[in-house]
Amino acid sequence: MGLVCPYTWDVPGGVQQHVGDLAEALIGLGHRVSVLAPCDSETELPPHIVSAGRAIAVPYNGSVARLSFGLRAAAKVRRWIREGDFDVLHVHEPAAPSLSLLACWVAEGPIVATFHTSNPRSRAMAASATMLRTALEKVNGRIAVSEAARKTLVEHLGGDAVLIPNGVLVDRYTEAEPLQGWPGEGGAIGFLGRMDEPRKGLSVLLQAFDRIGPDFPGLRLLLAGPGDAEEARAKIAPALRDRVVSLGLVSEADKVRVYHSVDVFCAPNLGGESFGIVLTEAMSAGAAILASDIPAFRHVLREGRAGQLFPTGDPAALAAGAVELLHDPDRRAALSRAARVAVQPYDWSAVAADVVRVYEAVLPEPDAPVVAARPVAETG
Amino acid sequence: MLSTLTTVFAILVMFSFYLSWRATRLDRLHTRFETASAALDAALARRGAVVGELAGAALLEPASNVLLADAAAQARRARGQADRELAESNLSRTLRVVLAEADLSDEGTGLLAEVHAAAKRVYIARRFYNDAVAATHVARSSRLVRVLRLAGRAELPDYFEMDDESPGAGTLG
Repeated sequence: MGLVCPYTWDVPGGVQQHVGDLAEALIGLGHRVSVLAPCDSETELPPHIVSAGRAIAVPYNGSVARLSFGLRAAAKVRRWIREGDFDVLHVHEPAAPSLSLLACWVAEGPIVATFHTSNPRSRAMAASATMLRTALEKVNGRIAVSEAARKTLVEHLGGDAVLIPNGVLVDRYTEAEPLQGWPGEGGAIGFLGRMDEPRKGLSVLLQAFDRIGPDFPGLRLLLAGPGDAEEARAKIAPALRDRVVSLGLVSEADKVRVYHSVDVFCAPNLGGESFGIVLTEAMSAGAAILASDIPAFRHVLREGRAGQLFPTGDPAALAAGAVELLHDPDRRAALSRAARVAVQPYDWSAVAADVVRVYEAVLPEPDAPVVAARPVAETG
Repeated sequence: MLSTLTTVFAILVMFSFYLSWRATRLDRLHTRFETASAALDAALARRGAVVGELAGAALLEPASNVLLADAAAQARRARGQADRELAESNLSRTLRVVLAEADLSDEGTGLLAEVHAAAKRVYIARRFYNDAVAATHVARSSRLVRVLRLAGRAELPDYFEMDDESPGAGTLG
């Protein structure tokens, strides 16, 4: 497999992370993988990542993007494709004027493209739609990472795409040391996400905490994510404010520890979340989850079997659910076990298996599967 | 006079290059369509075969087995695109209903895993097939292509419309 990432590798970003995780998962499934990406610095790269030279800062889509283009970059892509001799070329975000688009231009064999952008009114995409349509004619199979990304793609370029969401590296979240002093004697409820984004629903959780706080003298609230914690504290009774602890924006490692530091993890989102990445991370960590009843969460939590659901935006129902869970360690343990099982289809290894099925669908001989070791049928 | 001739000649040469580029694109699209079409056929055939095997294995009760075997046979016998679309959609529905009713807790192993994989493969192959059809329609709608018959005698392909919602939980479909 040859994977192409259009954005510079040494700046963290959603697409880069996706490509990196996918590459590792594919290697885990026993495939030979090479990733081509722009890379500025002389940093040590893992052996499967190939640098396409440094990216150039250029104004694109209303901001300055670091992209790779020009004839030298195209020559580099051509050489990499020839030397790699890939069965399938998998380009990411080919709508961006960078390496992926160049790869579509020079490649001959089967191509799969993954679209990440979810912006239905992308001016850049609208302006270049005709050119992109011609350039992407060679793409045999298209993947969208979310329903919104699929809509964006269909609106601008027509056609259709298969929906394969981002995976989660379950192993990364399975084990972690709780933060110092957490969850504590009186219990703790956790929240992760932007505090100032109304749709994340923090205010619902705060109202619920306002109700149950007085009944649980030691109960604390652990908040992680960017935003103004003082503003959040102002929404609850002054006597309870000391028991709201905010960590602000946390590192990746601390984020994992947050999931392990609470008795109940709450996802009070009011909607809009197409696919709860926070939820699948919490499930990987085996947290007892209390989540709002939006369709995406209901689906991921298996209709409430892998985490308790409450009517969206209802603080009284959230409070009742939290009380129930805080009083019942056995139920929390059961939910934790169920969550660890239910998250398996969202693990990168499972998601990568779906991507491999896409590769198989675009290969000229679909009867010869890429996967050598398919499960053997057990009849009887 | 000479310069006019040269200009006309140059324009003719450029135009013929452009035409050959357009024809190459159409040819490539045609190959892409053929590949997608073969992949869709193979995916449907494989799903039919696996469902047939599931019906023959003693995993489910006899009534479910009869339903599955019948749906798979109908799909296999269907000729013509409209009949195939209907029969394959019915197979998807039967599969969903039967597997939901069976409530098999362990969907991750053996024959059942193969059924789920085959259903996903149909979902993927059909998306790519329709995507290729859409691209072909766009490319062949241009006046130049129609007037000069750049597409030759190849028939304009039709979308394959069917219910391909897969039976299991998971991320795909």
